[in-house]
Amino acid sequence: MTAPASPAKVRGETILAVDDLVKHFPITRGVLFQRQVGAVRAVDGVSFVLRRGETLGIVGESGCGKSTLARLLMRLETPTSGRATLEGRDLLSASGGELRRLRRNMQMVMQDPYTSLNPRMTVGDIIGEPFDIHPDAAPKGSKRGRVQELLDLVGLNPEHVNRYPHQFSGGQRQRIGIARALALRPEVIVCDEPVSALDVSIQAQVINLLGQLQDELGLSYVFIAHDLSVVRHICDRVAVMYLGRIVEIGTEEEIYERATHPYTQALLSAVPVPDPAARDATGIIRLTGDVPSPADPPSGCHFRTRCWKAEDICAREDPPTVPRPADPHPSACHFAALRDPPGGA
Amino acid sequence: MTESAVRPTPASPTPPGGHLLEVRDLHVEFRTGEGVAKVINGVSYHLDPGETLAVLGESGSGKSVTAQAVMGILDTPPAVIRSGQIRYRGRDLLTLPEEQRRQVRGKEIAMIFQDALSALNPVFPVGWQIGETLRHRAGMSRADARRRTVELMDLVRIPGAAGRLGDHPHQFSGGMRQRVMIAMALALDPKVLIADEPTTALDVTVQAQIMDLLADLRRDLDMAMILITHDLGVVAGVADRIAVMYAGRIVEHADVHALYRAPAHPYTKGLLASIPRLDVRGRELATIRGLPPNLMRIPTGCPFHPRCPYVQQVCVDVVPDDLVLADGRTSACHFAQEVHDDRAR
Repeated sequence: MTAPASPAKVRGETILAVDDLVKHFPITRGVLFQRQVGAVRAVDGVSFVLRRGETLGIVGESGCGKSTLARLLMRLETPTSGRATLEGRDLLSASGGELRRLRRNMQMVMQDPYTSLNPRMTVGDIIGEPFDIHPDAAPKGSKRGRVQELLDLVGLNPEHVNRYPHQFSGGQRQRIGIARALALRPEVIVCDEPVSALDVSIQAQVINLLGQLQDELGLSYVFIAHDLSVVRHICDRVAVMYLGRIVEIGTEEEIYERATHPYTQALLSAVPVPDPAARDATGIIRLTGDVPSPADPPSGCHFRTRCWKAEDICAREDPPTVPRPADPHPSACHFAALRDPPGGA
Repeated sequence: MTESAVRPTPASPTPPGGHLLEVRDLHVEFRTGEGVAKVINGVSYHLDPGETLAVLGESGSGKSVTAQAVMGILDTPPAVIRSGQIRYRGRDLLTLPEEQRRQVRGKEIAMIFQDALSALNPVFPVGWQIGETLRHRAGMSRADARRRTVELMDLVRIPGAAGRLGDHPHQFSGGMRQRVMIAMALALDPKVLIADEPTTALDVTVQAQIMDLLADLRRDLDMAMILITHDLGVVAGVADRIAVMYAGRIVEHADVHALYRAPAHPYTKGLLASIPRLDVRGRELATIRGLPPNLMRIPTGCPFHPRCPYVQQVCVDVVPDDLVLADGRTSACHFAQEVHDDRAR
């Protein structure tokens, strides 16, 4: 096999770069002559970089486009426009054999461990399937041994290769999903809500496993989740999405301690704190209403319809995600400011 | 195990007229083709007017089954209520004929469910669905039912209620659908509202809105509420008392502040330590080792012993009674006082 063309693997260098990625799903009308009457702007100009060995969290409520973003990165959807490079190679124009080689370097862990594993395949077949697609990844005859190694790596009994998914609990199934994602020794793993279907006591085990694997294998994660506490725990940097856009991005500390975007502040304040004594009811920002439809987002700043700071300029001008005077990390708000008292959460 | 005397429940002493709702030593099993699953193994709890009791547990702990038994909506078979009492205002609901049981259901005790989309009928307008209860159970005319339906929708803060009577469930957002379901549950002015994971499927900002609404309604309508959840964060904000369930038993029952300050059962302690918190950051989460037990083969002695860090020989041999601690709280652990004082080995 040809060695991957990345001689020096420097921690901290950019491994995945996404620039102005857009995905609009057309809304059509008519049966015979379909015409487009609008578009759902699921992902509407998203840019970020992922550095080697780091975890980038992507948080937002349902419908903000975070799962579509994951599917775009995996090339399960074709973007409307934008660019993305993995280790400097173009991810979006690749096709055929080139795409297959690129995908080998980037794998995905799905949300639902019940539907993402084929119930008719044994665990050995599920984890070994990537080797059927990439025969050069495991020399002939070594597949079974490699599958058992992977099971051991994710904390499952290697003897269980011949069992079926229904013989495992939810947390164990998620470990199987992780083993499958690791089979081809990828460098980037996109985790789409990997723990949200699990019970709390099991969730902690899987989070710790992801952390250990990152340390051992030098993985980079794109970690998509709606649970802000989990994201803070596992991520180095965090991007907050709202209606298809990143409204604020920064280090874990910048987002959780010094958020300047009103949406981030509201989101953080709404997280229930598991401690009745620490709960400060006055610090909670109550947003009214629901997220607007991505088929018809508000003009200007998408968040203005629910924002307590909104003024005329917010309807007219779309605030760019740039560093703001209040704090040097990028935030998409005309009135970006720290909360007082700082932190807020 | 089992046939022990009625266990004491903590906090408020029995008021002169008895508790509003009291579950006494309930045992439920499911008879399936593969064997008998002991789902509820001696659950006792009570509820007084105006109070909020949280029942906390992971999947399979029996929290929802207990509530279904109280509502009388358990599927029998496969479920069999082996023994126990469910007393509402002094009457044992389990011995009432079905006709009288129906009078209690909805009118005295009402329930809302986790998934509003599947709990509502997709082919009927929501106004019709809310009004159905009023017409059939309260004997209202169509015009009266319609008027009351609008009042109920206003009560749960659905904007523009009168104009939305004819809308179908799919035309509402997740949060609004949950409000519709709450309106249906409130139609007959129940004295007890059982909320089974009411916000689990919702985003944090919407979750905060719904929890606020439930707290306000409970106060304004002077209802008592049983909140069933797996989320220690949600509970901390609204509950007066917490009952923690594990393997079909209440393992700890305490005032909400006391429980979070110093858990007296190793399972509660493990749960609190294993949730990532927004306000506390660290790399490795504490975990509870192993998996919840298979209810067809519950371990001997204390059902938590295979996962417990404090396990001793006595835990394997003897089922622990509910130990009553100084402040009236209970814990089903041989070493409850030591765990509470953090002295356990």
